[in-house]
Amino acid sequence: MTQDLGAGLGLRPQHYDAVLEHVTHGLWFEVHPENYMVAGGPRLAWLEAIRQHYPIALHGVSLSLAADTEPDPAHLRKLTDLIERIEPVLISEHLAWSTWRGLYHPDLLPFPRTHAALLRIADNISRTQDALGRRIAIENPTHYLHLETHEWSETDFLRELTQRTGCGLLLDVNNVFISARNLQFNAADYLDQIPADAVMEIHLAGHSEDSELGATLLIDSHDAPIAEDVWTLYDHFIDRIGARPTLIERDDHLPEFDVLLGERNRAQRQLTQQQVAA
Amino acid sequence: MKISLAQFQDNFVDALWHTDTEPMSLTALSSHFLPRHDSPPPEPSALAKLRSQPGFKIYRNTVIKSCIDALMANYPSVLRLVGPAWFHAAAAIHARNAPPTDVCMLVYGQHFPDFLKHYEGARELPYLADVARLDRSWTESHVAADAPLIGATDLTHLSAIELGNTVLRPHPSARWIWFPAQPAYTIWRSNRESAELDGELLWCAEGALLTRLNGTVIWQSAGLGLCTFLYACARGGTLAQAAEAAIQADPTQDIAQLLAELITAGALSPATPSDYS
Repeated sequence: MTQDLGAGLGLRPQHYDAVLEHVTHGLWFEVHPENYMVAGGPRLAWLEAIRQHYPIALHGVSLSLAADTEPDPAHLRKLTDLIERIEPVLISEHLAWSTWRGLYHPDLLPFPRTHAALLRIADNISRTQDALGRRIAIENPTHYLHLETHEWSETDFLRELTQRTGCGLLLDVNNVFISARNLQFNAADYLDQIPADAVMEIHLAGHSEDSELGATLLIDSHDAPIAEDVWTLYDHFIDRIGARPTLIERDDHLPEFDVLLGERNRAQRQLTQQQVAA
Repeated sequence: MKISLAQFQDNFVDALWHTDTEPMSLTALSSHFLPRHDSPPPEPSALAKLRSQPGFKIYRNTVIKSCIDALMANYPSVLRLVGPAWFHAAAAIHARNAPPTDVCMLVYGQHFPDFLKHYEGARELPYLADVARLDRSWTESHVAADAPLIGATDLTHLSAIELGNTVLRPHPSARWIWFPAQPAYTIWRSNRESAELDGELLWCAEGALLTRLNGTVIWQSAGLGLCTFLYACARGGTLAQAAEAAIQADPTQDIAQLLAELITAGALSPATPSDYS
């Protein structure tokens, strides 16, 4: 189902009109399902209108698979309703948490990769896939903190989750680049350890430097063009694993739609070259 | 010391919301919003180790910024009235006292109007909370369930008795508020439409009706009769009862005109046949 997907873009409300005015062949979009978990109204109508012309992927930010509790059944019901309505080509979530004890802390929060966490998260992924009746892809998060209590490397942890649950991976190359800088590891080595068969989707985005600490602390701000270093890592990655649906995220300092489309077309060219070479 | 994932999360949440400048906010947050269940208290050294790393502020900043950004997006008229700096300060306090409980940030800030009503910094702006209620009404109308509207001729075939016994329901997207003490709707509208007030502001009671037509939230001023009529309908009263209440509130109210106004605005759902008797 996802084999035909090339490069896509995160869909922002500011661009609803632009994408419907000029339908671009081969383009697809990704949205956060949370922004459409409403009873009705124009937002759902816009998404359904865009779905008539483009494939849509759902990229969750708040299911909290890495929380020490089962996924919220009400959240899963809302997600199921949206899936029935939109028929997404891909569904993904983060290896992170944000809801806890009834509150939503709107960010992708870290956790120690212990064996107990592995068991809990594997169970949460399985419950989610059972409830949705679909395979989901899990995204590697951005890291800003050294946690002393990790028992697993992230790549081994992700591989183990795919083997235990049958889930796929959404590999965010920008997140790897940022985390490698912030925690001082080698981004290329990390990417080399990702099991190729499990990768269902790739994310690319721009980042920024911390205003006080500069290049020693990078932030996953999605507010700038993709960095050349990230493009290079992406090239090497798809060289090894083959072409995969690739999504460009941009949430802030939003340029005109054509500018974003230019970045997307660059990813599409790299995917096409890779496919020709293969 | 090895701690459970749950205890790590408890510690992390405490560290996220704790600020050195507002030591009371953590206590307030914990007592109101963070049921402890059986968890032991946060482990101080683990918490300190997390907070001492430069990267920790990224999480803290992102969480509070997401809350403030959502409040700014959801309360544009309040923002325009008070300016970004004032709004930012008030929103940060509110976010610490009432973090989101729903993962859909389009609807975050349900309690913001109440917060503004009691907020010391808004004492000089007694209309601010009511303006916020109208921004909230806009959001609720915007995301309300889709449902059919009553047709212009749906009631014309009914006899007078049938009409009186009909139960009309407000459409899910309809919101109405009567402000008995101040012209909150006029103030809200001029800010929502980014327009200057026409002439001098008359300090009097007024009401507002917000509805959604063809996917767009629209607004109009509403009299006490209209608001009273809709309150009666929402409580399940018959058209006769709602009309009586409306006339009691405003003896000059023309019910036929009121019905036409509500139908045109898209404020009513179709009456169900079982309601006729």
